[in-house]
Amino acid sequence: MTGTATTATARRVLGQLRHDPRTVALMLLVPCVLLTLLYWLYDDRPEQFDHIGGPLLGIFPFVVMFLVASVATLRERSTGTLERLLTMPIGKMQLIGGYALAFGIVAVLQAAVATGLAIGLLDLDVVGPTWLILCVAVLNALLGMALGLLVSAFADTEFQAVQFLPAVILPQFLLCGLFVPRDHMQPVLEAVSDVLPLSYAVDAMTRLSTEHEVSGLLLRDVAVIAGCVLAALGLGALTLRRRTP
Amino acid sequence: MMNYGEDAIRAEGLRVVRGGRVVLDDVSFAVPRGSVTGLLGPSGCGKSTLMRAIVGVQARVSGRLDVLGRPAGHRRLRSAIGYVTQAPSVYADLTVRENLRYFGRLLGASTEDLDRVLREVDLTDRQDAPVARLSGGQRARVSLAAALLGTPELLVLDEPTVGLDPVLRRDLWGLFHRLAAGGVTLLVSSHVMDEAERCERLLLLRDGALLADDTPAALLARTGTEDAEAAFLALVDAAAEPETPTTSAATAAGPRSAS
Repeated sequence: MTGTATTATARRVLGQLRHDPRTVALMLLVPCVLLTLLYWLYDDRPEQFDHIGGPLLGIFPFVVMFLVASVATLRERSTGTLERLLTMPIGKMQLIGGYALAFGIVAVLQAAVATGLAIGLLDLDVVGPTWLILCVAVLNALLGMALGLLVSAFADTEFQAVQFLPAVILPQFLLCGLFVPRDHMQPVLEAVSDVLPLSYAVDAMTRLSTEHEVSGLLLRDVAVIAGCVLAALGLGALTLRRRTP
Repeated sequence: MMNYGEDAIRAEGLRVVRGGRVVLDDVSFAVPRGSVTGLLGPSGCGKSTLMRAIVGVQARVSGRLDVLGRPAGHRRLRSAIGYVTQAPSVYADLTVRENLRYFGRLLGASTEDLDRVLREVDLTDRQDAPVARLSGGQRARVSLAAALLGTPELLVLDEPTVGLDPVLRRDLWGLFHRLAAGGVTLLVSSHVMDEAERCERLLLLRDGALLADDTPAALLARTGTEDAEAAFLALVDAAAEPETPTTSAATAAGPRSAS
């Protein structure tokens, strides 16, 4: 029964996406367009493209899934379908698991397309194993999804939900080490950067694009991201209250 | 089927506070199983809150509320209750059938069951249409169809017939009575008093207080009136009368004055 409710939810979420081809196209194409733009931008400095291309492959799925998940769950709350589901035989973790499964599948697709383009056509120079890059990209997507699900509990309207992007994502983006290496930051900022999950997502991608070996630090980064995903999903489950005022 | 005596719902001293305001106060009633009970009252009187309490999604409920022999909100009740909210709670971006398939999977309903509920709400020929393209009444029927899936023992329907074509309304009431004859208990709310005559029992609610819990015939006989609307007015007047000698301030200080 556990699997049924989760897979049924995943199929339903994927069904909703299937009816919205424009969103799917945006999710898959926007990262590709941005990567291509960046490739042109650093036309004469390919090493610079190599430097930020890898981390960006980890950031795109994070941002996109954050947005999609926060709006999707907010819609679920505001249209009353969440209330209906909570009167039905489905557990909160099954519901969230269904979302995670569906968005995880989309994330695999998105990461595959973006990574394929970056490495295959844009000559992005990554030395780590491609399958591991895909795995970390999917993990980052799940992190974005989990955070989106969590913050949607604090939004009453879609306007508010969208505003959480600059509020929750941009600070992490600025401090993740893409603009200033994290160990060159002011101590205070470095400390803040140390507790933001996206920092580890970018660190992992950077290691994968520059190191041949799978290092202990990479495994630590992956573990931190996975831990953050589980924590955010757990907190997200807490925000799904069966009884509401 | 669970064994829970004669009453599908039993409330005693039920009280619900919402945003610091008492929305339901000292409400006691019983809904016999296998009956169609109408929950009638003006908009804003607490009907939806009472229904939310019964299906177990309302916070800050005190007093006693047993549903199918268990406390309201018990997890075992989740597959036994069909609930239709006032606003259709279905996925607008999915087709009618996709919606029902999803809810059906959660309930373990078969494909035949899907076809059955589609027929019952007369949407078989619209089953592949996206819900977003349906009319308001059709959406309400999709929402109702989802609640009919599986084998619910109790159906809690919040204004299921609002805005529907009279023919369809009649058909749905026919369906409700057929289901009740099969042992299903139905609690159907409406703000339209003329739906009272279609119910076997009536709960009249006003400003969070229960005015009556009776059969339509007994209610009319007791109030000496011809229809539910007149009976409702007679009960409101009767309820106001004992308080006339006291000061108006005492009346206004009642828990329901904030509404």
